[in-house]
Amino acid sequence: MTETRAATVRETAGAGGSRPPHDRTSARRRRWWLEVGWKYFFAAGIIFYAAFPLVYILSASLNPRGSLAASNAIFSAVSVENYLALGDTYFWAWYGNTLLIGSIAAVGAVIIGAAGAYAFSRFRFSGRRASLSGLLIIQMFPQTLAFVAILLMLLAIGEVIPALGINSKIALIALYLAGALGANTFLMYGFFNTVPIEIDESAKIDGATHAQIFWRLIMPLVTPILAVVALLAFIAAFGDYVLAKIVLVSEENWTLAVGMYQWVSDQLTSRWGLFTAGAVLAAIPVLVLFLSLQRYIVGGLTAGAVKG
Amino acid sequence: MSVQHDEAQDLETTSGPPSTSRRGGPSAESHSRGWRGLGWGFLVKLAIMAVINALGLLALISAFRVESWWIFGITLALLVIADIVYFTKKALPLKYLLPGLAFLFVFQIFVFGYTAYIAFTNYGTGHAGSMEQAVDAALIQGERRVEGSPTYPLSIVERLGGELGFAINDGGEVLVGTENEPLSSVDVPAASGAPSDVPGWTVVDRGRLLSDQELQAAVVDLRVPVSEDPNDGAIRTRDGSSGAVYTSTLVWDEEAQTITDTVSGTVYAPNDRGSFVAEDGSSLPTGWYVNVGFDNFLAIFTDPALAEALLIVTIWTFAFALLSVVLPFALGLLFALVFNDPRIRARKFLRVLFILPYAFPAFLSALLFRGMFNAEFGVINDLFFFGADINWLGDPWLARGAVLFVNVWLSFPYWFLVCTGALQSLPSDTLEAADIDGAGKFRRFRSIILPLLLVSTAPLAIASFAVGFNNFTVIYIFNDGGPVIPGAPYRLGSTDLLITAIFDIAGISGGVANYGLASALSILVFIVIGLIAAIVFRQTRRLENF
Repeated sequence: MTETRAATVRETAGAGGSRPPHDRTSARRRRWWLEVGWKYFFAAGIIFYAAFPLVYILSASLNPRGSLAASNAIFSAVSVENYLALGDTYFWAWYGNTLLIGSIAAVGAVIIGAAGAYAFSRFRFSGRRASLSGLLIIQMFPQTLAFVAILLMLLAIGEVIPALGINSKIALIALYLAGALGANTFLMYGFFNTVPIEIDESAKIDGATHAQIFWRLIMPLVTPILAVVALLAFIAAFGDYVLAKIVLVSEENWTLAVGMYQWVSDQLTSRWGLFTAGAVLAAIPVLVLFLSLQRYIVGGLTAGAVKG
Repeated sequence: MSVQHDEAQDLETTSGPPSTSRRGGPSAESHSRGWRGLGWGFLVKLAIMAVINALGLLALISAFRVESWWIFGITLALLVIADIVYFTKKALPLKYLLPGLAFLFVFQIFVFGYTAYIAFTNYGTGHAGSMEQAVDAALIQGERRVEGSPTYPLSIVERLGGELGFAINDGGEVLVGTENEPLSSVDVPAASGAPSDVPGWTVVDRGRLLSDQELQAAVVDLRVPVSEDPNDGAIRTRDGSSGAVYTSTLVWDEEAQTITDTVSGTVYAPNDRGSFVAEDGSSLPTGWYVNVGFDNFLAIFTDPALAEALLIVTIWTFAFALLSVVLPFALGLLFALVFNDPRIRARKFLRVLFILPYAFPAFLSALLFRGMFNAEFGVINDLFFFGADINWLGDPWLARGAVLFVNVWLSFPYWFLVCTGALQSLPSDTLEAADIDGAGKFRRFRSIILPLLLVSTAPLAIASFAVGFNNFTVIYIFNDGGPVIPGAPYRLGSTDLLITAIFDIAGISGGVANYGLASALSILVFIVIGLIAAIVFRQTRRLENF
């Protein structure tokens, strides 16, 4: 702020100086406040609005009394008791499950989406436009709306293949991958089209197979969009409650969303410290990933992804 | 899929559009290339396909054994298609699309179809299986120990995989059976007392039985049928060392398809609603599911208590979806306009702080706000309302306001980012021209910026409306869709969206389940989304030049 003001002063000094510079400086300063300065106060207000809940959760997690009422005095006491207490719960098992399920779903989504986008971008087969439109329409219908059928179908599959039935993490990942083609193909398709086709052609002349072109040439060139899709798929799996709740039955198999909901839905006051500490730990990987990749994500967002 | 397949083949043989030439030249060349391709890539493919085929065969055998023909058919179809696609030179695009398509078809499209099927049944609590299962369940419920029946020395046996069974000593002959396999003789001479050695089975140690609570419960619940005929009864045990025959007071007459209560003499006959009903109108608790036509759809509109609650839910769903686009959009646009100013320093840093709510996982935010809005101990009443006792989550209108507040907090960063991007891509010459023509700030915004901005953000807004329409996570996690609408069946609440209402009606969070009704509601929501999708499609079609 002060720097800008100094710049204004310098500018006025250089501009002329026959008039007493005092008047003009104060006028400029007033104009600066009217046009730019107030925006910093506005920004402070927005930051308070955006960050207060996050500061509060950090403070509550450090409050050793651990109850909702005791957490309202921000940073009145600091201890890591709540974090240590997480060790006596299933928290770390849920954490591991969530990371595992999220990572596999993300990798799967990237491979499926990239393969789909490659096919649509590089091959001209009939039915191509129709299947692209079909994908666009199907991805509008949320899978979660069909959870009754999903539940009953998994019960039936479980009788044949227990590893794919209710309470199986593989089944949950498979459910997440069902949307991978529809949701990500469009995002990647546009990006694949920006890679010049001449690269494929020259490789083909050198005798590369289409699989070699896909894995060795195209995939390294589209790494940014792969990272974005992986992150979005990871966050989607990370934040899913309804499918995880239906599929994962036993407590040690839960994800963070299912387990932490259980903590505070009934006993809001007693497990508040535990929840806030868990929430801080759970949010860290997503927060770090998101903020470090945000430049790319903004591009992805404007291309059509929406937070659910 | 077969259509694509054939057409891809056509492309290969006919010279067709110029793009085909890209895929390979004369066939002789591709032949030699195929040989060169027999390197690592081919071996990896072979290994993966071997694993997939092995797993598929296991699934087929397993499905055959439990006579699950649907799963058998779908697995077989997928397996055959996979082998054709990956081991022939045809259908090149399918090689890339098949993994995604397989997941899409089984776990999304099939599931949609299955939802439509369930919507026309009375599947749910009390109607959860076939008629045969309902008969078995009824007979089990009516089971009593047969007066004066003999007791057999009994031991509990276990098979690989933890399946429990009983082995009894029937006058020198050892009989073994499980829940699913009626008693049958094993050819071992038995001494007196409980069998101690049964071939193919492990006899469960008595000490373990006494110390393992779960095992005890399983043993008390275990019933081993005496024979294939359910009327013969089953062996049960109370102490784990002796068993007796229990038979049902109900008798199943397969010829007449009726169940008779031998104590009272009442005859229960099946009706077309999937229940066994006596002449006096009483019915057995367990039924089976049947096709009920459009009854579920009719119930949505005609059952007064349900229709009234669902109307509240539907209106709120539309209001919520609309407001959760408009409010964050307005806020995000305002912030974007204010901070799209090159004179402000550290804009990048400010942007990171503004989008913090967006980077925080939504389910955690919803749980966090659930605590913060708590009437008694919550920080919002405590700090911002001077310790007042405002019942945010218990009053219908306050709860609606609170959930909107949470959703605005969650999604204004998204619109801030989108609007910032859109503002930066506005044509500067148009804005300059307006400036020269003497347009004021507001005029410029209303006549130029907003219309141009809406063109690029409208598809996103419609997509966002569809997401808000089905925003399960925020609604359910924040307040369970509560507070409960008084008099409504199925725990429907004032902030419930249609999707959380379906969850409550399906009884997944506890209570009575009505899968049929829940699926019927899903179908209606599908139709609404279909309409939205059609609008989006129209909007975006001209933008896409694929």
